[in-house]
Order: sequence, then structure tokens, then C-alpha cells
Amino acid sequence: MIDDGLVLLQLHEPGETPVPHESESGLAVGIDLGTTNSVVAFSFDSEVEVLRGEDGKALIPSVVHYKDDGSVEVGALARQAILESPDHVVSSIKRLMGRGLEDVKSLAGTLPYEVVVPPEGGMVRLRVAGRTLTPVAISAHILMAIKERAEQAMLGKSVTRAVITVPAYFDDAARTATKDAARLADIEVLRLVNEPTAAALAYGLDNSVEGLYAVYDLGGGTFDISILKMEKGVFQVKATGGDAVLGGDDIDHAVAEHFLSQRAAGAAITAGEVKQALMTARVAKECLTGRAEGEWMIELDGIASRHKLTKAELEKLAEPFVERTIEICRGVVEDAGIDVGDIQGVVLVGGSTRMPLVRKRVSEFFGRQPLSDINPDEVVAVGAALQAEALTRGSDTLLLDVTPLSLGIETMGGIVEKVIPRNTPIPVAMAQEFTTYQDGQSAMSIHVVQGEREMVDQCRSLARFVLRGIPPMAAGAARIRVTFQVDADGLLTVSAQEMATGVEQHVAVKPSYGLSDDEMATMLRDSLVHAKDDMAQRLLTEAVVEARRSVLAVKSALGVDHDLLSVDERQAIDAAVEAVEQACAGIDRDAVTVAVEHLEEATKSFAEKRMDRGIRQALAGVSVERLDDALGGAE
Amino acid sequence: MTASVANAAAAAAVVPCWSCKGPVAARALFCSVCGAVQGPGAIDHFSRLGMLPTFDIDQDLLEKQYFGFQRRLHPDRFAAKSPKERALSQSQATSLNEAYETLKDPLKRAAYLLDLKGRKVDLTACGTINDPMLLMEQMEKREAIADADTVEVITKLSADADSEVIACQCHISAAFNAGELDEAGHLTIRLKYLAKLAEEARTKKTRITRALR
Repeated sequence: MIDDGLVLLQLHEPGETPVPHESESGLAVGIDLGTTNSVVAFSFDSEVEVLRGEDGKALIPSVVHYKDDGSVEVGALARQAILESPDHVVSSIKRLMGRGLEDVKSLAGTLPYEVVVPPEGGMVRLRVAGRTLTPVAISAHILMAIKERAEQAMLGKSVTRAVITVPAYFDDAARTATKDAARLADIEVLRLVNEPTAAALAYGLDNSVEGLYAVYDLGGGTFDISILKMEKGVFQVKATGGDAVLGGDDIDHAVAEHFLSQRAAGAAITAGEVKQALMTARVAKECLTGRAEGEWMIELDGIASRHKLTKAELEKLAEPFVERTIEICRGVVEDAGIDVGDIQGVVLVGGSTRMPLVRKRVSEFFGRQPLSDINPDEVVAVGAALQAEALTRGSDTLLLDVTPLSLGIETMGGIVEKVIPRNTPIPVAMAQEFTTYQDGQSAMSIHVVQGEREMVDQCRSLARFVLRGIPPMAAGAARIRVTFQVDADGLLTVSAQEMATGVEQHVAVKPSYGLSDDEMATMLRDSLVHAKDDMAQRLLTEAVVEARRSVLAVKSALGVDHDLLSVDERQAIDAAVEAVEQACAGIDRDAVTVAVEHLEEATKSFAEKRMDRGIRQALAGVSVERLDDALGGAE
Repeated sequence: MTASVANAAAAAAVVPCWSCKGPVAARALFCSVCGAVQGPGAIDHFSRLGMLPTFDIDQDLLEKQYFGFQRRLHPDRFAAKSPKERALSQSQATSLNEAYETLKDPLKRAAYLLDLKGRKVDLTACGTINDPMLLMEQMEKREAIADADTVEVITKLSADADSEVIACQCHISAAFNAGELDEAGHLTIRLKYLAKLAEEARTKKTRITRALR
């Protein structure tokens, strides 16, 4: 099509997302990367299909088996391998995303694998089958398996982009780690969406619910509660809260401990035995959803033992965890500045909400029966798929999310000065000024933290950096402006600037517990042979998108102001446009860049003439109305 | 108006579009020729959301305007666009959020409106209260909240604090409408302390109710 730019302009409102060329960019799916299970779904024309494996099941156990022959297996088969070779299998890796040493200490005993912390600090590693792996690499293996399933289910079409969901309460380090894992798995993340928000989207669109809703999301390892206002396609998160390490796993653990304590005290229990006890505990918990009691067998070291458990006993073990979630709900309702009675409905998300105790406590607290008509295991992936379609093919719905945790920096005495309070709508940019406290101080260390507590050591350290080159001044005279920017993925960038001199530093927050750029590069190189090619391909695609935009812009301008050009000038521009289009058809990124530069050169005087005309018309008051049309505004 | 002033005004109202390089109204969100999203520009929060610059605002209208602008400018609308357009949309959405957060909160709105009218009120200066009457009043009420130990007492204190906040907002509105900016300034500072007190009462109330459970 020769004039496809103009056609697009007629079909689309300004700012509306045009349909991308599918051949260039592969399909976009929604991925719920869960602690226990993952789900992938695809949406077309708002019809969502949860993509199933050969076994017909939607859930992919988030379990990875590292075999001795070097191969990697993910999902149901990997989960079966837990009993035979527990030290070769990793599960619940999401709990360690973006975690450091002290987090692991607080989880001590609840993690069924051997954890190592690199002496230089940073992200923890796992010892699995003789390998040392980061949680990011393990998550990447799960994502690769998900991608493979999606491609099989989509009849071999390439799946390259995804909306990936994360717990709303995930901090910056865990979000960054998730994005890094996707990069390793060669998936472009269109957006990180909070799990409860994705679930709300699925409900809001399917059932056209309106008003204030709470989404209670209790998964295997994480708990989130969000309160949203849903209205005519807008999903506005009013407040969110949760616990990134609270979930069904904790209940399994309590049950497993209960079982093990019933066995005669014998030799120390090995990691493999803990895993087996955990699996039995999970089976028992799931069975007791529909039954009043049961008996299960654990065989360790050749000694079998039988364990009775009643529903009442299970609920007693689970109660502290469920109560904790209700406490968090109470706080979030307060944060939202509403009464529980204002909430029109509660949506249940996550496999752990199948527990009768959870349903009972949630309906007691909110004073109404919760909704669970969309499968709580699949609803997040359904919402993610809808959002993936919205981002790639355009849509009328809008998700307005918030920061789950306050962001601040350390000041004198280890006190946190909050820069962005929790529940602030994103994207957001906020700045705060700080000053020096010593005469002639030339550098300032900036420590970024996330959390609600007043003291730095009770918050989570996100990053440290040093602003240097502050000119010598008396103490308190320098004005250092620290700007926090949180993007639509909830990821933070911090920059600092000395206002008198303009000395500036930008820091994309590489979390204290994240991977360094070097590590990331090495992992990309080691784990994926194609990574480099993919990177080059991505850069080319980006350059082509930019070049096409330039061509479109020039064509639109020609459509309006062509009378300003002589025949020669017009020919020169047409030739330059042609050259860009040819370059875009090729695979040489530099050629694209050069052609775009030539086009800019060729249209320079045209642009000047257009500006002159615009100003003349504005002076004459002629086209003011036409210009004002473009002001847009609320529909 | 002299010709040169008119020239300058016209030139300021029209700026080059970053994408097609042609003229675009300085406050336009999109270029009328090539459709490219423009930067947020330096306009006040009221204009940004298409609201009149008054203290009395219709919260429903504010929300409607905010949603309407976000629908067109939010980064989710630009996910498939060029990096430059994505960045501009992020700046636009950031500015919209800032405007919305400022205008929806009566305290921030009052301070912002005073600022626009050239009467800056410093709400961040914490601790010191210059007004001795206000200081006395605040100390007494804070003590009462600290001493409260039954649900009945704290519920009453909390309700009183909330209604004082509302009364103060009404006075601020009256002061703005009468053009009494000094008065509005005093009341805005008062509102800051009243809001803090109401917050304290609420927290204490939650604590007492929770302890009973």
C-alpha cells in the first residue's frame, strides 16, 4: 500500500494505538507467573483462551528439574521428580525473586532448597544438582517453558511479547528481577501488571461490574489485596497492600511440621524428606476442602508413618496466616479512605482461596459473599491476556495503578524521608531537596529505600549511589534535588542534581539484590545462543518503528502544506521518503538511521516554511480554531 | 496591542511539532497534522485537567476529566509506538497524576490555588505554629486524644475532628469566594493541623477498637 500512513490516520484517533504488523512482532500473550503454578492465555477481540498443554491442563507447575545430563524440565514432570531427586528440583522460586541475605534469614527453614549468598552481597543463589543458579535464571526457565507451550498452542506462531503479572506488593527489586527473567527467556515485557488489577480487568470486562471492588488474592507464596474503582472501562486502584511472602505454602509448611512432629524423633530430617512431607501436606490440605478428615502416609528412610488430619485441625494450623491477611485487608480499607460497607463486591483470586476457612473469613470481614465465578487459578492470566491485546491492538479500557510501597531516601540518623508515599498513582515523578551537612562537602551518598517504617534498617534497601562534584559550599548551602520517577511498570529511576551547578546523575535503580549489568550480559550469553542476534533484531525493529513514524509525519505534513513546495523541493523530499522506505525493508540499522537523517535534512526548509505560515495564521487568527481542535480533552 | 507584542504572543502560542516539525498550538496534546503526542508543557494543574481555577470543585467532574485525559495520554495507549512517543506519553500521564493528586485533596488544592495567586503557603514547614491560639487549641486536642481510652470517647473525638475539618474547608471556600486571600492562607494552615489531628484520632480509634477484639 503506497499511502498506508494516511489510511492509518483516517482510521485512528490521534494517540490511538495502530495495529502493529504481526509478521514483525510475533504474538502477545498474558502470563501469570505464579509461585506454585503458572498460566498463559491469549486474547483476540476480547475472547480469551487459556492455553493448555498436551495434558489438557491450564496450570503449569512452576517447578524446574535440572537433570544430570544438563537438560531442564519444567512443569508436571518436574514436580513428579521431586520425590526421586529432590536436590535436582526447584519449586516456589518466586519467593526468592529480588531477595537478599536478610530476607532469606527471615524465611529460614521454610525454603526447601540450599541457598548460597555470594560473599560480595547481592542476589542469593541456589545450589541445585551441582549448579549454582540465580532465581532470575530459574524463573527464566519457567518462562521459556511457558513460551514454548504458548507457541505450540498457537500452532507454531512465534510468541515474543507478553504482559507478565506480578504481586501488587512486589517491591522494585522483585519487579526488576521478573523483567530480567523475561529478557533471559527472550520475551519482551509489554507491561508488568499487578495480579489483582489483572483479575479486576477480567471481571470488569466479563461481568460489567461497576463501583468499588476488593480483590483478595491469596496465592501459593504471595498475598495481595487491592481496592479498585471500576467504571466504564476505567480500573482505578484506590489502595493496595499485601505480603510478598505469605501464601498457601505457609499453610503447607505448618501442616508438614505437624506431620513430622508426630513421627518418632529420629535422625535429622533431610531436605528431600522435607519436600516429601510438604507434598503430602499439600495433598492433605487440598483434600480437606471437600472432606471433614482423612489419613495420609509419609514414608521417610524406609519408615512409613500414618497421619490423621481433620478439617478443624487444618483450620487451626491455617488460622494465623488467614488472620494476617484479614489484618492487611483492614489496613488497606483504611488507606483507601472508605468503610468496608462501601465495597460492592469481593473477588477471590489464587488457588489458596479455595480453602473454606479463607472464604468464610473473607465473607465475614467484607460482609458479603465473595465472587469466584471466574476460575481463581486462571483469572489473572485472563486479565493479563486482555491487557496484552489492549497494548498491542488498542482498547478503550484503562488501568490506573498505584505504588504499593512508599519510596524514600535515608537522611541523618538513619531516618527515612518519604519522597513518594504508597498508593500514589503511577507513573509519577516527585522531587525533594536535600542539603549538605559539612562545610566543603563535595559528595553525597544517596540511599534509596522502600517501605513504611521510619528507620532505614526496617525498610528495604533498593540502591545506593554517590552524587559527586558538589562545589565547595558552607554546610546547608548546597541544594540537592533528588527526583524519583516510577514508570507504568512500577519500576523506579532516581536522579540527583545539585541545583547551583547542575551536576547531575541518573540512576536506573539496579536493586541491591538484583543482577549487575555484567552478570546479566554473561547470563544472556551463556543461556541463549541467539541473545545477541535478538538484541540486534530488537534495535533494528525500534529504528524501523521510529523511521516509519518520521515518514508518516512527513506525509501528513505534505498532505496539508504541499503548496509551500516547488516541484524540485517536492521531488527531493519524495526521494528521501522513498530512500527511508527502502532502508526499512532491509536489515541494516545504520542504513535506516542515515536515511532518516537525510529525510530530516531534505525537509528542513519545508518545516521552516510551515512554521512561518502557522505563525502568520495564528497572528491573523485564522487557524486558531483548527489548532485548538487538537487540544483534545475529556470525552 | 502593538504589532511586536502580537507577534510574540502568536509565536508563543505556536511551537514546532517535534515529529512533523510543523506548527502546533503550544498547549495541544496532539499535532493536528501528524497526530504525534506532544509534551506536557508548563501549564497549571487546573488548566491541565480543564477545570476552572477555583477552590470549590466538583469531585465527580474532576475525576471524569482526569479519566478522559488519561484515556488518551496514558502510556498503555502508546505501548506499540516509538520510544519518543512512549516517553512523552509517560510525561503527560505523570503530569496528569500530579494535577489530579493536587486538586482532589482540599488541603493541597487550597495551598496550590494560593500559590497560583501569588500567596505561597509553606505546608512542609512542620512543627512550628506561629499562631498562639491555634497552638493552644492543637495542644489541648492532642492531649484529649492521647488520654482517650474508651471507644465512646475516641469515637466522639474523631467525629469532632472530622467535622472541624469540614467546617474549615467551608471557611476556606468562603474566604476564596470573598477574595480574602490572607484569611484563606491562615485557614489553609489551620486545615493542615486539623487534618493531622483527625488522622491521629482515626489511628487511635483503630488501635482501641483492635485491642478490644
